[in-house]
Amino acid sequence: MAAPYTKYLRMNRIPHMWCPGCGIGIIVKALTRAFDALEWSPDDLALISGIGCTSRAPGYMNMHTLHTTHGRAISFATGVKFARPNKHVVVISGDGDASAIGGNHLIHACRRNIDMTLVIVNNFIYGMTGGQYSPTTPVGARAATSPWGNIDIPFNIAELAKGAGASYVARGHVGSGVQLERLIRGGLDHKGFSVIEVLSNCHTQYGRRNRLADPIDLIDHIAKSTVNIRKAAKMSDGDMEGKYFVGLIHKDENRREYCKGYEQVIERAQMSK
Amino acid sequence: MQKVLTGNQSAAWGAMCAKAQVVSAYPITPQTTIIEELADIVAKGLLDAKFIKVESEHSAMAGCIGAQAAGARTFTATSSQGLALMHELLHWAALARLPVVMANVNRAMAPGWSIWTDQNDSLAQRDTGWLQFYCESNQEVLDTTIQAYKIAEAVNLPVMLILDAFFLSHTYEAVDIPGQEATSKYLPPYKPSIYLNVDDPHAFGGIVPQDIYMEFRYKMQLAMDEALIAADKADDDFKAMFGRGYGVVEEYRLDGADYVLVTSGTVTSTTRTVIDDLQEKGHSVGLLKMKMLRPFPAEKVRKILSGRKRVAVLDRNISVGMGGVWSQEIRSVMYHLPEDQRPPIYDYIVGLGGRDVTPEFIEEIALDLEKRPVKDCDQVWIGLKE
Ligand SMILES: Cc1ncc(C[n+]2csc(CCOP(=O)(O)OP(=O)(O)O)c2C)c(N)n1
Ligand code: SF4
Repeated sequence: MAAPYTKYLRMNRIPHMWCPGCGIGIIVKALTRAFDALEWSPDDLALISGIGCTSRAPGYMNMHTLHTTHGRAISFATGVKFARPNKHVVVISGDGDASAIGGNHLIHACRRNIDMTLVIVNNFIYGMTGGQYSPTTPVGARAATSPWGNIDIPFNIAELAKGAGASYVARGHVGSGVQLERLIRGGLDHKGFSVIEVLSNCHTQYGRRNRLADPIDLIDHIAKSTVNIRKAAKMSDGDMEGKYFVGLIHKDENRREYCKGYEQVIERAQMSK
Repeated sequence: MQKVLTGNQSAAWGAMCAKAQVVSAYPITPQTTIIEELADIVAKGLLDAKFIKVESEHSAMAGCIGAQAAGARTFTATSSQGLALMHELLHWAALARLPVVMANVNRAMAPGWSIWTDQNDSLAQRDTGWLQFYCESNQEVLDTTIQAYKIAEAVNLPVMLILDAFFLSHTYEAVDIPGQEATSKYLPPYKPSIYLNVDDPHAFGGIVPQDIYMEFRYKMQLAMDEALIAADKADDDFKAMFGRGYGVVEEYRLDGADYVLVTSGTVTSTTRTVIDDLQEKGHSVGLLKMKMLRPFPAEKVRKILSGRKRVAVLDRNISVGMGGVWSQEIRSVMYHLPEDQRPPIYDYIVGLGGRDVTPEFIEEIALDLEKRPVKDCDQVWIGLKE
């Protein structure tokens, strides 16, 4: 299969700034393959990000792109979607960006079920600012701000999104690019708010502090800590301790999409005149 | 004790000397190492403080406000986008009359993402009711952090001390760290007269009707007037105790100078060397360093600048549509003077987004100042590319 990547990349912006071996590359690749599989033209795509290593992705991608402020990508994207409801709006965000400073926007976008796709790169840490712990850092893990181990209990982002009302929720990881592409494609194709959490490696900031400085070791560690959702259903809570289930977690095609609801209310208002 | 410290570490050591009790912060380049250094200081047991690591700068300032209202001495640090996000709570801290102390590392605002220095982030907070001090060296950062508490607690207003991204934040210098005993004498423990206290309950943040809101603001203005005196006193006392003082403004080789360059932040150090060179060559030019922006030291500035031939303000910032902020401030306080004592004030925009302000640029400004037509003083952009 001919690689479709270059069609969706700004080749003149390469080499990129990511550390060699960073998982964000695998995720960008999965995104381009998913766009290609759906035969979406770059002209019909808007990719929006906040701030962080992850959020540098739009700079390298050849489509309509908007690199915004830390935590607010979803709000900017909501504006884009409302102005151009016929375009495909995709947000790419780090775990800090999406669930710390931007956590409020995350739950409200889920609640509204607006038709866009959010890819959250969960590398368990603030990569760009030098490895401070984030809302997804596991208990006990070391970070620049928790040199003796983190005591905050982490978010389960996928479950949070599901609980808040997202109508498509999946979790993948950088150890399995094929599955990741499939999960992203499913989210892109879904009419409603889709959240794909991707467990990723930041060996530079997370790995180095947690004896997983080699990217392959860290990807391996991540892969081993995942369990397919079907298998997970049969496992006890004890067996699932410290593990992440991966796969399609939730899909609801009946929940009303927000732009649709908006159209309907306008129609109602104008009919009553 | 002498140590080799970066500007950021100096701010952290300043907070340590001041015995901050609660630190609440969120990371942002180039502030991050202030908080990391403080975390290290606390972990080593050198400072007995509680650390709150929050999920945004807005929450960081909220954490400080809460802790300060509960009677604790607080510290935080931020930069640029983070400071902008705090804006609502900057007003809150000041209007609630809470003497929070914060270090801000001057970094340019986005978009056009940049992590390099300019003053637009802090100058945009000019009207929030915070005192602002711009520092030139790492020693000054450390000393100003300690002084900041003294001033803040004397007048019940928050203080922001400001250092340039990278030129100070990440550059090492030898810094003298005052002994704990002497610092505690200079700055006794924080004893607020009113705070959240179950034995003596008060309500904070209440609704204020039209017939008294103005009076609250007036009292803040009076406190700012008092801060003019408190800042001088804090510096004098510091000098008496530790042998170092800075002044809220500083005159450098200004005796009899016809022309004056006005600077703030690290551009000042470079300008000092240019002034030395130019005086050697026979030019009548000196330097006025502005350290304090709020309260604005109007009387001092008037006295220093009146009767000079010409003044050039080097503004590492731009209030687009008007000009550099320092030059606007200075022009407005000079306006009261009789015409024959009022020099034309030229506004030179320099070094935005961290562009180097080299000795060559500064010399260019000094020479330009001597010959520029009087009417042509609105904005001169230095080092612009075609
Ligand atoms: C308002 C504001 N506060 C702080 C920052 C500094 N900052 C930049 S990226 C980042 C966190 C990055 O972590 P994450 O979102 O997990 O993304 P990653 O770099 O790991 O991909 C922070 C705190 C900022 N840019 N803006
Ligand atoms: S710091 Fe971490 S997240 Fe950022 S590019 Fe490097 S490995 Fe990737």
